[in-house]
Amino acid sequence: MPHGDVCRTIDYAVKIRVNPNQTGVDTNVKHSMNPFDEIAVEEAVRLREKLKDEVKSIKVVTIGPTKASDTLRTALAMGADSGIHIEVPESAPAPEPLGVAKALKAVIDREKEKGGVDLVIMGKQAIDDDAGQTGQMLAGIRGWAQATFASKLVVDTGKSEASVTREIDGGLEEVRCKLPAVVTTDLRLNEPRYASLPNIMKAKKKPIEKISPSDLGVDLTPIFETLKVSEPPKRQGGQKVASVDELVAKLKEAGITAVS
Amino acid sequence: MSGFSFTLRTRRSLLLGRAIVRTYASAPSPHALVYLEHRGGQLDSGSLSALTAASQLGGQVTGLVVGSPDEVPKVVEKAKSLKGLTTLLHSSSPSYAQSLPEILSPLLQKLLTSSPYTHVVSSHSSSAKSLLPRVAAQLDVPALSDVTSVEHDGSSNTTTFTRPIYAGNAVATVRAPSSLSLKFFTVRSTAFDPTPEDSSASVEVKALDPVEASSPTEHVSISLTKSERPELATASKVVSGGRALKNAETFEKTIYPLADLLGAAVGASRAAVDAGYCDNSLQVGQTGKVVAPELYMALGISGAIQHLAGMKDSKLIVAVNKDGDAPIFQVADVGLVADLYEAVPQIMEKMKQ
Repeated sequence: MPHGDVCRTIDYAVKIRVNPNQTGVDTNVKHSMNPFDEIAVEEAVRLREKLKDEVKSIKVVTIGPTKASDTLRTALAMGADSGIHIEVPESAPAPEPLGVAKALKAVIDREKEKGGVDLVIMGKQAIDDDAGQTGQMLAGIRGWAQATFASKLVVDTGKSEASVTREIDGGLEEVRCKLPAVVTTDLRLNEPRYASLPNIMKAKKKPIEKISPSDLGVDLTPIFETLKVSEPPKRQGGQKVASVDELVAKLKEAGITAVS
Repeated sequence: MSGFSFTLRTRRSLLLGRAIVRTYASAPSPHALVYLEHRGGQLDSGSLSALTAASQLGGQVTGLVVGSPDEVPKVVEKAKSLKGLTTLLHSSSPSYAQSLPEILSPLLQKLLTSSPYTHVVSSHSSSAKSLLPRVAAQLDVPALSDVTSVEHDGSSNTTTFTRPIYAGNAVATVRAPSSLSLKFFTVRSTAFDPTPEDSSASVEVKALDPVEASSPTEHVSISLTKSERPELATASKVVSGGRALKNAETFEKTIYPLADLLGAAVGASRAAVDAGYCDNSLQVGQTGKVVAPELYMALGISGAIQHLAGMKDSKLIVAVNKDGDAPIFQVADVGLVADLYEAVPQIMEKMKQ
């Protein structure tokens, strides 16, 4: 970003994870964007609607095999400007959050020449591996502010700050972060829009840059070894009772009593 | 961005000062550092489960209590008599009161750089989830979330974990190799019993100097949901309401009296929370809280995959739903197809007899 420029420009990078291939899980199903990432894209687009020209660009990034570019197109149809696809082979194991964080750091470093990135918004977790670490890891290796599990985000470009309401165990917390910052989205941040047909057509013309992890100088080989993926133990459920009397009898049988 | 370049400089010096790859003549015996969380002078029960997981590694266990000067002594007093703890470290500073990751991570970085620890353990709480991955990445090591079992093999110096993935629809078995000298993991608290107190415990207590660092983030305010009822995540009984409850008033009138009668915590499906029937903090499921009580009563909850991920390890699942085909009945031990508005008052009346 230019020095001494009063009117700050903001760039967004939104990380999108795609469902990776994993031994033992049938990935031959319909893939779509991680819902938390949809919320992240929506929030970036809403910020631009609110802040207008102060948001210089919204860039979306994904790491995954060739077909992951569909996910980028969806994000572009929602209103992002351009995409970066860090392409990995279909057979490659799913990268760990640490690898993803390093790749995103490298992407941000590359963006420096183009004015830099002020805000990274990503989902609080991917619904495949449920790790929920990437945003914190990226903030850690950049030494940036972080606000996880955001349910409200207000950016003040004049002060170069973001006020974030976070969903924490037992309630809510509000923090104020100096930009640049990493924000991870909770479910209640917003309701993502559907891309209209004209926007889907327009998205086809928006640029997607394809790069490899080696272009970024990162190694996405997982450090943890996944030995196997198995079915969880099945519950022996499915018992129905015919009346409230029977239900209460079962409760009492299990030693459940009224305390008050 | 002067603040930014400053943080970058400190980062770089930390990177240079790091010695994460250590070589040993023989494999070190495990030494876990457990991040012990607390609120209002009380240890979190999730941390007590994390301590149990750490003990299962079969080596030394050091606890770490961090917080404000007026809270830490109370917590240390309680933590001193925990079974399985060999050492207890504590560090207090007024700036530690809110557990901001940006403020706590320098302390943890310092503690873990060239340290004797082999594992870093915490509960999978919102606060630890925010802090530990940040610290792990700063030390250039990966982390594992929400593990349900741990097993350390001393001869190969590897640790094997299981963890649920795909909303609990699959279980991954994952091994941390011996080349990884610091193994970070958070623990699903419902998968490990909380560590009991042991009055005969003789824990060595040491104070650590706080590490003051400038933070790009400041705490503004906090608002916690106050409740007389048991804490949802750790309650032995949970009564949960879903979309069928119509509105906040009906939810309160129907669910709360039954919960109070049984001494249960109140939970809710995402649909109920999103419709504004009750507070976000009551949401049970993949994106809310994961619970595994003795009794889970699902009232007017259909049982979406994401909800089941948060409660299917409960001991006894009781479901009341008008729709006999609702997926909740596939996991319920006791299912009643009925209108909950008729059934719940009857259940209460008969439970009182």
